[in-house]
Amino acid sequence: MRVGKIPGQVVRLAIVLIASLVVLLLVRARFVPESFGETGHYRADVVPAIAAQPIRYAGMQACAECHDDVAEVKASSYHRGLTCEGCHGAAADHVEDPVEATPAVPSGRESCLRCHEYLGARPTGFPQIIETIHNPMEPCAGCHDPHEPTPPAVPGECSACHRAIASTKSVSHHWSLDCETCHLTPQKHRENPRAHLPEKPVAREFCGRCHDRAAESAATVPRVDMADHGGRYPCWQCHYPHDPEGHS
Amino acid sequence: MPDDRAACDRRKFLHDLAKLPCATLLLGVVGPLETLATETEEGEEYYAMGIQVDRCIGCGLCVQACKTENDVPQEPYFFRTWVEHYEIHDDGSATVESPEGGIHGFPPGDDDRDVLRSFFVPKLCNQCDNPPCVQVCPVGATFKTEDGVVLVDQDYCIGCRYCIQACPYGARYLDPRTKTADKCTFCYHRITKGLLPACVEVCPTQARVFGELGTRSSPLHRMKRQDSLHVLKPSLNTEPKVLYANLDGEVR
Repeated sequence: MRVGKIPGQVVRLAIVLIASLVVLLLVRARFVPESFGETGHYRADVVPAIAAQPIRYAGMQACAECHDDVAEVKASSYHRGLTCEGCHGAAADHVEDPVEATPAVPSGRESCLRCHEYLGARPTGFPQIIETIHNPMEPCAGCHDPHEPTPPAVPGECSACHRAIASTKSVSHHWSLDCETCHLTPQKHRENPRAHLPEKPVAREFCGRCHDRAAESAATVPRVDMADHGGRYPCWQCHYPHDPEGHS
Repeated sequence: MPDDRAACDRRKFLHDLAKLPCATLLLGVVGPLETLATETEEGEEYYAMGIQVDRCIGCGLCVQACKTENDVPQEPYFFRTWVEHYEIHDDGSATVESPEGGIHGFPPGDDDRDVLRSFFVPKLCNQCDNPPCVQVCPVGATFKTEDGVVLVDQDYCIGCRYCIQACPYGARYLDPRTKTADKCTFCYHRITKGLLPACVEVCPTQARVFGELGTRSSPLHRMKRQDSLHVLKPSLNTEPKVLYANLDGEVR
């Protein structure tokens, strides 16, 4: 099997090589998807397919198109950052067919407590209640409109919001002190707490007013020499003011 | 004259031989220049997520919304996003728990007096710019799109689970119905329509921020300017596109 001057064994090898190449190309054409490799090492067709999946959450703008009255109330309330579907559930089907598919209206206390039950890990300042103490068994919506949840009456006691601190302080040596002894609190703090923050003592001399040797306070109050006790550290570096002797 | 022809060929051969290193050198210079030109893709549509850890209240609405939006199996242990509860104790030890991914929120704990600090950390696929899961996929079923999102081709995945092992963030799972790998897509079907990912949409405290890396007006860019940012496991060089603000050093 000589072709011209090419020896037979080379020709046979060439035939095998060409045949394998043809088989490889046929198999490749059969099994590699059409769009594979167009934009990278994957099927380019799948990207629009994934992007075409149906949505379940319509988004707050879709809700506001019809329920503009509720959206307006909510926009100036403490719940302005919440999306409607956070409480009412996914509602893309309700946008499609407003009559047939109606979103859930949560009632009772459960869905509110999901965010507002007291947890130590929640950020400071986030409004939280202890469920068993805060008007037990009453549905939240009886007092708070969920779209405008400002409490109907201004809280009388600091402990209404600062329950954890109040309970710690009540069993400490500072139990008899009013919160305002140390925190000068503007009246507006009760109506709009985060816009009008209470003051906090800033210097160690504040504690010295009662606890310095020269202070004019009751004889039972423990005294230290403010000049050399604790160096230059503020008192609350070691003594937590709501529980100064550390009952934990 | 055969001798002359041989000499001529040798000269040509040496000539060509000298060209070879020059050509290689030229390619070596042009190659990197080309990649430089293509790596400026962080333009308008290059997505990333920011998470402000100190804002998360652990309500778990994001976990629930994610499962609803993406049809993730409702029974536990399959999550595209989940929330972890960290507690750092007086002795320096840390406990991490995520009961059912946090989908029902977190139960009020005992009055733990030895807790120094505690906080919630939402987790999800980090949409790495240098994704290990994509590197190991033997068939090209998982990939990074041109807008930076790592996706899974459900019809092409062979279910070998290699990517699940390769992910350093535990963000992948095997869908028990299709027996294929699955993971967070940044809600690709929503963001391509101009909507926010479902978890960002429902987050009541805006702890999750979504946007395009290249757009200066996006809320993500504002967070990048104003917060001290961190990513998970930076030493692995995966270059995550989920940025955490005010993250505690205990979080891995």
